[in-house]
Amino acid sequence: MKAIKMLFVVSLFFFTGLNQRLSFAQSELSAAGIIAKSRLAFYYAGDDMRAKVMMELINKDGQKRVRELTMLRKDYEEGGNQKYFMYFHKPVDVKDTTFMVYKYPNKDDDRWLFIPAINLVKQIAANDKYSSFVGSDFTYEDVSGRKPDEDTHALLREDKLEGRNCFVIESIPKGSSEYTKRISWIDEANFLPLKEEFYDKQNELYRQFEAQETKDINGILTVTKRVMKNIKTGHRTEVVFQDIEYNLGIEDSIFSERYLRRPPLEWIR
Amino acid sequence: MDKIKILSLIVTALLFVPMANASELSLHGFLQTNYSVRVNDDNPQGAKQGNLILGEERAQIKASFYPQKSKIGIFVKSDFYHDWVEEDWAFDFREGYLDFMDDKFGFRVGRQIYTWGVGDLLFINDVFPKDWEAFYSGRPLEYLKIGADSLKLDIYSDIVSAEAVVMPFFEPDDLPSVGRFHFFDPYPNIPNRELEKPDSAFEKFGNMEYALRLYRYIGDFDVSAYAYKGFFRSPGMKADNFNSPSVISLFYPELAVYGLSAQRSALGGVVSTEYGYYDSLNDRSGKDPGINNSQSRFLVGYQKAFPEDFTVGIQYYGELMHQYRQYKDNLPLAFAKRKELHQYITLRLTKLLKYQTLKLSLFTFYSPDEEDFFITPEVSYNFTDNLLGIIGVNIFTGAEDNTTFGQHKKDSNIYVTVRYSF
Repeated sequence: MKAIKMLFVVSLFFFTGLNQRLSFAQSELSAAGIIAKSRLAFYYAGDDMRAKVMMELINKDGQKRVRELTMLRKDYEEGGNQKYFMYFHKPVDVKDTTFMVYKYPNKDDDRWLFIPAINLVKQIAANDKYSSFVGSDFTYEDVSGRKPDEDTHALLREDKLEGRNCFVIESIPKGSSEYTKRISWIDEANFLPLKEEFYDKQNELYRQFEAQETKDINGILTVTKRVMKNIKTGHRTEVVFQDIEYNLGIEDSIFSERYLRRPPLEWIR
Repeated sequence: MDKIKILSLIVTALLFVPMANASELSLHGFLQTNYSVRVNDDNPQGAKQGNLILGEERAQIKASFYPQKSKIGIFVKSDFYHDWVEEDWAFDFREGYLDFMDDKFGFRVGRQIYTWGVGDLLFINDVFPKDWEAFYSGRPLEYLKIGADSLKLDIYSDIVSAEAVVMPFFEPDDLPSVGRFHFFDPYPNIPNRELEKPDSAFEKFGNMEYALRLYRYIGDFDVSAYAYKGFFRSPGMKADNFNSPSVISLFYPELAVYGLSAQRSALGGVVSTEYGYYDSLNDRSGKDPGINNSQSRFLVGYQKAFPEDFTVGIQYYGELMHQYRQYKDNLPLAFAKRKELHQYITLRLTKLLKYQTLKLSLFTFYSPDEEDFFITPEVSYNFTDNLLGIIGVNIFTGAEDNTTFGQHKKDSNIYVTVRYSF
């Protein structure tokens, strides 16, 4: 009787161990796949998109600054090249400024800025993907995405976040990067990132992303409210996407010097 | 003519206002104070307010009306200011134009600012009027550019796009002026000089200025070709005898410019290059000392961004005189002698801090042949989205008193700007 009991316990231990090992092997294979799918869901939804983006930049004392822009995005290949066009409504001292980005996953972006006060279109150096986007807590890379193969990914566990089942994935940069470790909570149902933690060289959490609201826009699940907090400075940026539309057939010609100088009114309102 | 046009633009704008929908009509502007003080007490002759180079309060109103689904639009930008140096109140009609936009082309008529070429504060094919006095006295950069009363036609096509500009009214550059700046004068004993400005093209059609820019991508290069026919915007000199003149007059010699520019991402940054052939139409032989020689002007620039919002830009610029032997042989004794190749090296450093509210910048011109510098360190801070403060220094220094920047070396100044935008 004792022997049977013993055998049962041992076999249970053996089986659960084996089981764990199996699921670990599976996850090791798929962590990079989950990140790749998440990137497509978050940065490549639809073939093109228009949204009004309202950003609040809030310092630790609660002082607010506002960035309001209309963003147009066109994808040329799923996971590949993209073009962005941005028209600034606010703040007033940059109103009518336009900004255009050609995003190439395998090399530095091309970026152009139009300064209306002197009617100048200027190509600007774009090899600083970790610099702040318009003074916010988001970097350029946060705004336009990062190639999955720039990090080594591992599935740490599965977790529940706000009642949603999530993959929790650790990503370690292969080369030099702004962060040394990123932990992402990715919704198992739709692959949208719900939370991300960025760790610095001291392995301390310094930046945290949260998706606060997700909506179905013409069948495409979209994060409509998001916040990036800098834990160390107490600064945070809250972003709301409004009037989102997908698959509008935005022409390629919109992403040109012509429209930088004369913003396409039918698109930016 | 000019005034009538301005008035009609304003009237049209006012007529549009009641019809306008809030999202189509935009009304903004700023209130600004801007002061600049010479750092030493050696003031130029004619200085009206001692060390004060610039002292003003200014209000700008910017109105635009672009109706939904309409092909036309209107934009007006005008300043009203009080000048402490002249003790004067004045309007400055900065820009005002009507737009007509179609699928493949567009027209813009009225006063408008143009910025062409790929140089950073070095202008080769940007042949449009500039206010160097504003620039040297620490006014915000937009005041370097003066609006030109002109008609512009834009043509958009897949093969090549074009901007074609005609300017019937000649507008010279504003150069550092008597009373505000020291400058080199080869004939200080002859102060009375007539300045002859070209008549408008309505009076003399041959005075119409033409500027053309063609642009397209060639591979990864953003390429432009340029042509201009008009006048030098800084004056040439006529004298009864250049070696011991009794009468001097100033005028704007005829000029044609042909050029090219190219820009692309390369070497981990952005690389730019530009060339312009300056054809001095009134002095092709190069013998007239009162008129600039024909020149080739060229530049190469590189800018790169570094982590933490730090950007570096460097440029090399050259002006090669084409009739240098003639120039040398005919140069009056009183004139400053220039080198056959006049060069500049520029450096721009920009660092943004505190979520891009604090900006530290440095711009430096250095000429190895004239041995002079113009250095501008500047700090600007956005107290809020609406309130901007700027403090900076314009440092002029040089080995000689008769070079581009050396002539202003007693005019190094500290400037302050506070702007509230609404």
